[in-house]
Amino acid sequence: MTTTSESVPLPGAHPAGAGAQVTTVPEHVVEIISDSGEGAQRCGQSFGAIAARTGNGVWTVEIIPAEIQPPARSVAGASGNRVRLGSSRITNGGDAADLVVAFNEQVLLGRVHANELKPGCTILLESMWRAHRNPSIAASYAEAFDALVASGYRVVEVPMERECRKLVPDTRRGKNMFALGMLCSIYRLDLDLARDQVALTFRKKTRALIETNTRLLVAGYEWAREHLDLAFHIPAAPAAQDQVVLNGNMALALGVVASGMEVCSMYPITPATSASHYLSEIFPKVGGVVHQAEDEIAACTFAIGASYAGKCAVTITSGPGYSLKQEAIGLAVMAEIPLVVVDVQRGGPSTGQPTKVEQGDLLTTVFGSHGDAPKVVIAPSSIEDCFYSVITARRIAETFNMVVVVLSDASLATAQQPFPRPEFDPAWLAPPVDQSQVPEGLAPYAWDETTGLSRRFVPGQPGGMYTLTGLAHDTAGSVAYDPDANEQGLHARSLKLAALQRTLTTPTVHGDESGDLLVIGWGSTKGAIEEAVDRARDDGLRVSSLHLRFVNPLPSGLKEIMDRFGRVMTVEGNWGDRPDDRIIDESNRRYTALAMLLRSRYLVDVDCWSEVGGQPLKPGRVHRVITRKLGRS
Amino acid sequence: MIDFSRDGVAECLLRLYDERVEIEGFQKGVPRWCAGCGDNAVLAALQRLLRDEGLRPEKTVFVSGIGCSSRLPHYMNTYGFHGIHGRALPVAEGIRLARPDLNVFVNTGDGDSFSIGAAHWLHAIRYNMRMVVMVHDNQIYGLTKKQASPTSPRGTKSNTTPRGSYLEGLNPLTVTLGVQNVSFVAQVADWIPEVLYDVIQAAFHHDGLSFIRIVQRCPEWMPDNFDRWLHDPAKVTLLHHPTSLSISPALARLYPNHLEHDPSNIHRARELASVQDPVPIGILYHDPTVPRYDEILRADATHSGTAVRRLLDAEFDKFAVQGGGTRV
Repeated sequence: MTTTSESVPLPGAHPAGAGAQVTTVPEHVVEIISDSGEGAQRCGQSFGAIAARTGNGVWTVEIIPAEIQPPARSVAGASGNRVRLGSSRITNGGDAADLVVAFNEQVLLGRVHANELKPGCTILLESMWRAHRNPSIAASYAEAFDALVASGYRVVEVPMERECRKLVPDTRRGKNMFALGMLCSIYRLDLDLARDQVALTFRKKTRALIETNTRLLVAGYEWAREHLDLAFHIPAAPAAQDQVVLNGNMALALGVVASGMEVCSMYPITPATSASHYLSEIFPKVGGVVHQAEDEIAACTFAIGASYAGKCAVTITSGPGYSLKQEAIGLAVMAEIPLVVVDVQRGGPSTGQPTKVEQGDLLTTVFGSHGDAPKVVIAPSSIEDCFYSVITARRIAETFNMVVVVLSDASLATAQQPFPRPEFDPAWLAPPVDQSQVPEGLAPYAWDETTGLSRRFVPGQPGGMYTLTGLAHDTAGSVAYDPDANEQGLHARSLKLAALQRTLTTPTVHGDESGDLLVIGWGSTKGAIEEAVDRARDDGLRVSSLHLRFVNPLPSGLKEIMDRFGRVMTVEGNWGDRPDDRIIDESNRRYTALAMLLRSRYLVDVDCWSEVGGQPLKPGRVHRVITRKLGRS
Repeated sequence: MIDFSRDGVAECLLRLYDERVEIEGFQKGVPRWCAGCGDNAVLAALQRLLRDEGLRPEKTVFVSGIGCSSRLPHYMNTYGFHGIHGRALPVAEGIRLARPDLNVFVNTGDGDSFSIGAAHWLHAIRYNMRMVVMVHDNQIYGLTKKQASPTSPRGTKSNTTPRGSYLEGLNPLTVTLGVQNVSFVAQVADWIPEVLYDVIQAAFHHDGLSFIRIVQRCPEWMPDNFDRWLHDPAKVTLLHHPTSLSISPALARLYPNHLEHDPSNIHRARELASVQDPVPIGILYHDPTVPRYDEILRADATHSGTAVRRLLDAEFDKFAVQGGGTRV
């Protein structure tokens, strides 16, 4: 990567910022927010990547308005990024922000009202609005500024617009890189590394555009050095191993490539589609195909067709799309066609909250599709896990001729986190399509008595001709009009799940093996739950946590673990009735999804706490829940 | 190494003869369609085609949805995929994409294709992936016992339209001919086996998606439905052209109306498609030059472990943080 020729100001070359007292902190939560389209997300992602490449632990969270172009300067229109960076590994977006860069006061107020700012938080606020020609805008700015100062925030007015105008005519395209430069200066990040990141961020754009953005970056950096009496150092503890910085959807897409799958058929849906965007960009390089089908049902049945023909395929969707695929998924279960379905969950039911976080699809993926349709459900718990879960899913699908659902969510989809660079293993890949002769007399559903497994018949195999059907069928695959044959099929398909379950290892307990409280979670909440448990343990509480990756089938050993704790509760992101509601009691209380599964399976009195606010779970919230549960407050 | 010696060629021919599968070899079970059902004629034509074309049973897949027509794969001794209602086409597309070496046939019905699976019909035409699509159009839901279908003529009395159906039937030919990338459209009747066979054979050789509407009798629920065409050969127009099908002398004697129609003329094809009386039978439209989506998608399909490793390395390099904290 070549760098441009601008000179880097040396430390101490300018008075205010360069000489600023550098405060060393173990971690910070930084937010960059703007109107939609002003590029705050790109700024935040780049900032996170630079910090990660410096060796900081990083977790980034996208702040997304529901609309593509919400009205400018609106409280609900905040678009941007939260970047939590620290000295050690960061596994979630943290609690409240320490420093915020805001392009206008209205989007900032949205974050203030949502309690996303720490008391006394530093705010770098675009100052152009103070002298705006529209008096009502100027007035609302002044009013908000005064109120924020009165509330104890440290508000620094920054003439971003004025400074950027010196370099570009349209500041909507560029202010973000100026802000990135300021942040790099404030956090004492390497400017060369930042330049390199800008080139990477805009790698698909023209050279001229990269140069303009680099100039803006340097301008922001220099302006902050000169004018801001603000500097933090977050010691970086670089990992010994090489790392990669990806978001969950990119990790899913790379997992598809690494698994050896060659076909992905999908239909656009938020927040899953970016996985397919990235896959569309890279997949053809290995002969892979992304087919954008005419609808979700076609996406699923297309994948089923490809899988049936010998190449295990994947379909990537979110809740509403998953609902549409249910009948087809049932066909794959019934006919024992391997299939990987990725569900990047969003708020539900119905269209729900497309850009918001929720863990609402657990039961529909475990039990969905009419009749008894056993499927495997894996819930990745980190960005890294998104990558490996797809590889595991493909392998299980083809070993057991089953449908495997990878249950990610909107939080993992857009969050970025560095993780150890995966080392390619040829064993990840799918074997070549089996075209060997089918031995005479072997039936397509000659179910093994113990495991329910049978050979996968693939077109092209001589001697294997049979007609696959979604109707009840006997071992030969012929339509079964006899109820016993149907029962035999139900039996065999259920045994396969049990056979897989026997191969699963018991998850490890985070914290002590016994204690007063066990918190159980699944999916994207792992980082927040474990951080909360660590804080509570530092307070002296005897709490541990357990995180489930396989939610169907559940691995063995869970009952034994639960029995070693005085109380057990789940922490989830799906609806559970609030026990303090006046008409809720034990006879009508609807537990959260995992709690319901655990209670019914293990007959353990598992309590639950959940939050469906659409935001990633915060460790502070869970910490308070644990504290309350254990009678401290 | 191919052996071109006289003995080698002889042995090769003998082996071909040995491996040749006769019609019986493609038959499986006893069809459970009603006596006189037009589906039987389609089955017979297909079994004959597979024999004549020397297709390998294991390299051939019949895909269907749900309905009377969709039982057809159960009676073919090849691979078969009897899936869910309306979704035969996307399943067949997935198979076609994954396996260019297979022969893919789709048997579906008017309810399956033009109602519950209507979206897939239009898009399958547009994708133009290589496969033969046969819609057994009997203008009624048969398996669920007589409900009006999208192609039922207005006034059809059925269990859901006891006072007669309210709407004009949909014309699948004009709709299909209106879709971008359409490349092969034909209409046949189950009771004219010679044309049925010739059209399916031409469709099999077409390099793209061939769409065949098969006017199919349902003696159980619509016994008189096609009588006007069936009992009066003058109500049928046989299409022929030097570039498509010719009419045998025997057939020519039976059906007096012959029309020379150039199947490359889409405007004329659309006109003919909209005519019901007399009904055009034969190839309405054929354009062998329309690009195939399956070929476009697979243009550079060379999957290998080495390629996967190389791609992952390149992508990880892009997003890498080197151990020790310095950038790559």
